[in-house]
Amino acid sequence: MSYFPDEVIEHVFDYVTTHKDRNALSLVCRWWYRIERLSRQRVFIGNCYAISPERTLARFPALRSLTLKGKPHFADFNLVPQDWGGFVFPWIENFARSRVALEELRLKRMIVSDESLELLSRSFPNFKSLVLVSCEGFTTDGLAAIAANCRQLRELDLQENEIDDHRGQWLSCFPDNCTSLVSLNFACLKGEINLATLERLVARSPNLKVLRLNRAVPLDTLQKILMKAPQLVDLGTGSYLTDPHSETYSKLKIALLKCQSIRSLSGFLDVLPRCLPAFYPVCSNLTSLNLSYAPGIHGSELIKLIRHCVKLQRLWILDCIGDNGLAVVASFCKELQELRVFPSDLNDIGHAAVTEEGLVAISAGCPKLHSLLYFCQQMTNAALITVAKNCPNFIRFRLCILDPKKLDPVTAKPLDEGFGAIVQACKSLRRLSLSGGLTDQVFLYIGMYAEQLEMLSVAFAGESDKGMLYVLNGCKKLRKLEIMDSAFGDVALLTDVGKYETMRSLWMSSCEVTLGACKMVARKMPSLNVEIINEHDQTEFCPDDDEQKVEKMYLYRTMVGPRNDAPEFVWTL
Amino acid sequence: MEMIRTAKFEDADHEDHLNLSLGLPGSEAREKQPPRINKRALPEDADQDSRSSSKCGRSDGGNGKTQVVGWPPIRSYRKNNTQTVKKTPESEVAAANNYVKVSVDGAPYLRKIDLRVYKSYPELLKALENMFQLTIGNYSEKEGYNGSEYAPTYEDKDGDWMLAGDVPWEMFVCSCKRLRIMKGSEARGLGCA
Repeated sequence: MSYFPDEVIEHVFDYVTTHKDRNALSLVCRWWYRIERLSRQRVFIGNCYAISPERTLARFPALRSLTLKGKPHFADFNLVPQDWGGFVFPWIENFARSRVALEELRLKRMIVSDESLELLSRSFPNFKSLVLVSCEGFTTDGLAAIAANCRQLRELDLQENEIDDHRGQWLSCFPDNCTSLVSLNFACLKGEINLATLERLVARSPNLKVLRLNRAVPLDTLQKILMKAPQLVDLGTGSYLTDPHSETYSKLKIALLKCQSIRSLSGFLDVLPRCLPAFYPVCSNLTSLNLSYAPGIHGSELIKLIRHCVKLQRLWILDCIGDNGLAVVASFCKELQELRVFPSDLNDIGHAAVTEEGLVAISAGCPKLHSLLYFCQQMTNAALITVAKNCPNFIRFRLCILDPKKLDPVTAKPLDEGFGAIVQACKSLRRLSLSGGLTDQVFLYIGMYAEQLEMLSVAFAGESDKGMLYVLNGCKKLRKLEIMDSAFGDVALLTDVGKYETMRSLWMSSCEVTLGACKMVARKMPSLNVEIINEHDQTEFCPDDDEQKVEKMYLYRTMVGPRNDAPEFVWTL
Repeated sequence: MEMIRTAKFEDADHEDHLNLSLGLPGSEAREKQPPRINKRALPEDADQDSRSSSKCGRSDGGNGKTQVVGWPPIRSYRKNNTQTVKKTPESEVAAANNYVKVSVDGAPYLRKIDLRVYKSYPELLKALENMFQLTIGNYSEKEGYNGSEYAPTYEDKDGDWMLAGDVPWEMFVCSCKRLRIMKGSEARGLGCA
């Protein structure tokens, strides 16, 4: 390879696209490190506090696309106070000053202010794509700035963000000569939308492939939009209510017959199930179906819809589908790769509508299944062992038994053997979430067999420090470990502190870890930030009492030391 | 079920007076000193766990069952945006539709419409206008549907005939048993107070 000039190597590197592979290239030798870093355009940063904007640009001056993640995963479940951190502004501000030719920004669990969005919209003339997932801190005013100023905008994708809707006319801020939109997702917006503006925007966007509407968009408008955009590939309906005898419904049916390209369907935020048959012709082409925000569809209507979806690869559904419904899925959706079953009734946790039977049926009927998120009432070891045998290809396996610590109802035993079977059979397993009654034994199995495991989520499990140690010692590829309400303490935390430098982060809350132990980790490992989060106990928390248990600890490796934007209730040791 | 605890719940101030505590009255202040055991009690095993001088990150369960913060692990966006729909077989039907008979003075036969399909009076009236090829006009509180030959009326749960439009839409949908579109002089009579 040393005969080749740099340009040739660079050209070869162009074919290497994933972050993991690019990182691997950069480790081969200094020469490749240099070529790789100078040519990398897409940069992924899994923890925004692991590195600074300055150093990122110093290493990757050709950066055009940035993916950033902020808060720890458990922030999704309200375990992290809102102002903990994860601000995007410093990044945007720095990149603007440095005149980065930014084209794409993808953020997850970050705080995004309107000010950031305005600055973003004015600073990067080639900006094309904004994807915000589970972010907060902005309003529709920020969106208006993006719409108005980003002349090359192709993608505006808002997924599950909490957005303050000022009911302004943000949609009208797209200039009349903006025709470049490919993807527009505003399903999470709560306010009204100017429907005429929306129709005109769709009409002048011939490249529009992805459109996900919010609840304020009625079926009438949907029909008009579909007439103008039969080329859509991904559709999220808004409100789906009309009289099935009406002219609107007839027109919708006609419009949908022309939409032969739709492969992904979601929405139905308000729904009249009797109007679903309009979508049957679309169903037979679908590879992805998300009905997890449509509690209005259940029972026979749901089954009738799913029976048409024979090419389905991804299904997100509510548990009101029931075990019987899952059996129907198993018999019709043979191509299924990813399944998520969410609980529909959060107030009545004791009566989730799916059990181990549904999962076993799916595993028997869908051999290609590799990703699972399953909220259920109960699980048995026997079922998990069967699932492991039927589907040895799991990459992601997340099981949530809604009643914490629940044992196998048939044998009254913990679920150690069941999960053990999963990790033993699924050699490619990268992500695992455990629940139910679990002792240290399950962690022994995980440490022994889960060689590819990168992320592990634990709640209400384990009996002693041994459990956590099995995992830390055994899982060589572990990157993220998050533990809540489990019996792991100082011995587990301190036995191998060097391990944490090989991981992105460790979260422990409501465990048995003491302040003194956390201080020791921080002392021994200057390359880690060890944060203690104390939202409630500022008066009761005693910084010198090393014996006291720490409510929430989040530690992560970093190249830039303690962060300077930590709020009062976060103490970096 | 009341549980004997010695700790204070940080977000249950209003319930302090309900908590029994071991020790003399006024001795609560002293209890904060020992190293706190931060193990959170689960709803079922709070009774058994005698060491539960616990800080419970409890969110209000609403149904009396304590719920632990962070559990179940569902994104808060999803929690806030999932409306639950009660799913008994009867209510499945009831919630899904509400067909009422519609008669129009002078028409040879009646029709039926599903009130649940419409979200407001204007939508309903437009549908009726389309169905029967007539004009009903606009509603005003003072004058009803004056200016039109027709007036939409309905029979409510008490058996009285009411002018459609006075009460909020949701209330109307719940109380309407049948519709009658009155014509001519009878209709105009309804507009006058």
